[in-house]
Amino acid sequence: MSGTPSALARFRRTRELSLGVLALLITAGGYVLLALSKAPALPAHVWGFLGAIVGLFACAHIAVRRLAPRADATLLPIAALLLGIGFITISRLDLNAKKLDPAVGPAQAVWIAVGIGTFVLTLAFVRHARSLAHYRYTFLLLGVAALLVPLVPGLGAQINGARLWIRIGGLTFQPGELAKVVLVIFFAAYLVEKRELLSSGSRRLGRLYLPDPKHLGPLLVPWGVAILIMVQQKDLGSSLLFFAVFVAMLYIATLRSAYLLAGATLFAGAVTIAYQAFSHVQERVSVWINPWRDAQGQGYQLTQSLFAFGSGGFAGRGIGLGTPNIIPVNRSDFIFAAIGEELGLIGTVAVIGAFLLLVGSAFRIALQSERPFSQLFAAGLGTILGVQSFVIIGGVTRVIPLTGVTLPFVSYGGSSLIANFVILALLMRISDESAADAEAKAAGAARLLAIESTHA
Amino acid sequence: MNVGIRRVGIAVVVLMMLLVGQLTYLQVVDAKQLSRDPRNHRDTLKDLRAPRGTIISEDDQILAVSKPSHDEYALQREYPRGALTSQIVGYQSLVVGTTGLERTYNDVLTGRSRSKLGLRDVVDLLRGTNRVGNLRTSLRVNVQLKAKEALAEQRGSVVVLEPSTGRIVAMYSNPTFDPQPLTGHAANPVQQYFNLLNKADGNPALPRAYREIYPPGSTFKVVTSTAAIDAQLVPADRRFPTNKSLPIPQAPNNPINNFGGSSCGGDFLTVFTTSCNTAFAQLGLDLGNQFAPAMQKFGLYQLPPLDIAPGAVASTGPAFGSFDQNKPRFALAGIGQGDVFTTPLQMALVASAIANKGVIMKPHVGVAVTDDQGKLSAPIKDQVWRRATSEATAAAVRDLMINVVTSGTGTAAQLPGITVAGKTGTAQTTPDKNPHAWFIAFAPAEAPRYAIAVIVENGGSQGGDATGGHLAAPIAKKILEYLLVPGTAP
Repeated sequence: MSGTPSALARFRRTRELSLGVLALLITAGGYVLLALSKAPALPAHVWGFLGAIVGLFACAHIAVRRLAPRADATLLPIAALLLGIGFITISRLDLNAKKLDPAVGPAQAVWIAVGIGTFVLTLAFVRHARSLAHYRYTFLLLGVAALLVPLVPGLGAQINGARLWIRIGGLTFQPGELAKVVLVIFFAAYLVEKRELLSSGSRRLGRLYLPDPKHLGPLLVPWGVAILIMVQQKDLGSSLLFFAVFVAMLYIATLRSAYLLAGATLFAGAVTIAYQAFSHVQERVSVWINPWRDAQGQGYQLTQSLFAFGSGGFAGRGIGLGTPNIIPVNRSDFIFAAIGEELGLIGTVAVIGAFLLLVGSAFRIALQSERPFSQLFAAGLGTILGVQSFVIIGGVTRVIPLTGVTLPFVSYGGSSLIANFVILALLMRISDESAADAEAKAAGAARLLAIESTHA
Repeated sequence: MNVGIRRVGIAVVVLMMLLVGQLTYLQVVDAKQLSRDPRNHRDTLKDLRAPRGTIISEDDQILAVSKPSHDEYALQREYPRGALTSQIVGYQSLVVGTTGLERTYNDVLTGRSRSKLGLRDVVDLLRGTNRVGNLRTSLRVNVQLKAKEALAEQRGSVVVLEPSTGRIVAMYSNPTFDPQPLTGHAANPVQQYFNLLNKADGNPALPRAYREIYPPGSTFKVVTSTAAIDAQLVPADRRFPTNKSLPIPQAPNNPINNFGGSSCGGDFLTVFTTSCNTAFAQLGLDLGNQFAPAMQKFGLYQLPPLDIAPGAVASTGPAFGSFDQNKPRFALAGIGQGDVFTTPLQMALVASAIANKGVIMKPHVGVAVTDDQGKLSAPIKDQVWRRATSEATAAAVRDLMINVVTSGTGTAAQLPGITVAGKTGTAQTTPDKNPHAWFIAFAPAEAPRYAIAVIVENGGSQGGDATGGHLAAPIAKKILEYLLVPGTAP
């Protein structure tokens, strides 16, 4: 931030830069290949494209050098790679855009730029992760409000059967995407405060010790939120995501598997009721169990997705050489199927590998921190990324019933991109803070390098 | 807290591995099945845009060829012989899918069968050589035309094949359909035409030669005779009593009558030549539970390995081992009625089994793949399908069939200077409908070159008076004459 950067900071930023160049090369390569699949010449605007992606990455990289110089080196390059793969796929789908299947590449480019702006602003404004914990109840209110806003008549808008959007002028925005981040802040802070009380039971029930019910109250908030989303907004995916993240955080804070059990039971109960009450839930489940029975009707989306994966096979059809426009909702929910068709198993496993590295980095940041709030917060953010990518990839590959959430950094969508960039910035802030703490404690560059080599 | 973080981290890794597992299943294990699913249009779309080989008849006529289409697909299929060959060649349609030879030999026509990357392919790529394959078939347009002419607008089928190779020379059914409108790229008109086709009178889209089953009537006595000889039920001295009808166990009110209420009987040659129902119903009863396995040896109960997608349907007979419960069904099976239903193709294969010393070859139309210079790149081998009977039994049945044409019910199929072996059939359907007229044959009987099956549905132009000998045998004669007698050019 000020003065000369430490050895660790220089090491990490150099590594970030070289990994970032690799991600940019892959993106540029994909862009050129896409153009070559249509005509045997370099695309006219290839230099413009290259300039744009280099510029965007440079903005983020320089901001990190200035604002969080000791932060983890892998997060930004992995995000760049996922953004690149997503953007290439969206541009590829745009080549065959139709009236009912319009091009969104330019909009996505703008959203990426806005996302990087948000990333820089978040790094600039949140100078200490621990300061967030002070405003936990503000964040709780903010999160719940954000979730409720789409239900306000006149402001809310229903898209694809789910009411989770607000429309202001011509712009739609999905506040739930940001709500998940601020609710994780609240939850991490609350759990750190109450973890002693929650993990040591004071009341006996048979052989179980239970915590005082008054401490459990706020824990029902996420459950209530999940139910609300499921019932009012018909958004099963976000509901599952919220709940899984909160139960995971509760478990991390208390290490009591009883919470896992209780969480699973509560969620199962809610799902059972939802299954009986809502036809769209029944439809999703029956399609999951047998998509082939009504392959031209209810099962159409899923079967087309499975066909895309099958036709892609091991090596894929090649960028620009498949027909991924057949897949419905191909730029957001089903973008992974489009990747599966043209890049094959190699591409899909590479994307999953990138998510594993991303989530792994988040968990590593959590482990490296010595502040309980930061630990829990980083682990919560990592869980969001992991569970969200599992829910949507699992949905389109028929591992679990399909629920519509975006694939982080890859899918088209402004709200999702912005939320994910905020997550990225917060993780880097925590990482930078931990490294600064360690630097303050430790003495001598030699020891620092030794730590780096054992943790890298 | 670190323990919890590690455990949740491990849980996420496990979830991701679950995804990798499922993706491996979808993209490697199940990939072929998913990409071949008819509801998956990707291969069709890809094939529609790709160059595609030509399908050529044995007499060098083009049956299917790709022409420029001036739209986003660049190419469109053309079928110069239209309805004459549509039930064999099939069609390639963006809207309703691909069938027939177009589907069976899709990989050959698109060049995908050669996709194993070799040095030669790299050279091809650099030279810009076309990798598509052309399909040469055994189908003869002139014989196909002759079959159409001989059927003369009557509903029915003609199947002509080479007994020693299984190659199909002609296979024509009436009614048939024009495949050309199905190749259009606009969904609505194609779908409308397709719906009309499926609702049309007589179901012209149905290739009845290999996808419709009929009672074969007395032509089936060839199978009954083979089974009886193999079971040693007809020693030289066996005499069948001369009767008008045969009482049937378990069905006292439904005796089996001879054709036209006549009396017949005598030795085996006589009852075969006169197509004596009482004698063959008796043989059906004598065979009992041996009968169904004998039919299976001829290929009934099986899907014949025909190379025309979606393939031939199976012909049926009475259930295995059901003789004690259902004796009348076996008596009826002896004369090709009751539970016996066969495709015209199956009856041509029965004739070919006798002609080919008891061996049935796999029926097929594709004979070779050639490259874009017309050079042979891959022959398609003739293969044995199954052995129906011994060479000795086949010879004995052949002699019976020769007698049918020289002095029995099939004299209408006689050819000058050439011995024809045949069997007539007049198959009862429902009481309110006229019988099907059948004839199966092969010629020359001493060294058979062609086997043939003819069916005219529901009496054709002769109505209630139709018989196999009067209606179907002359059609077979016209075609065999065209094939075998020099100087009978059209």
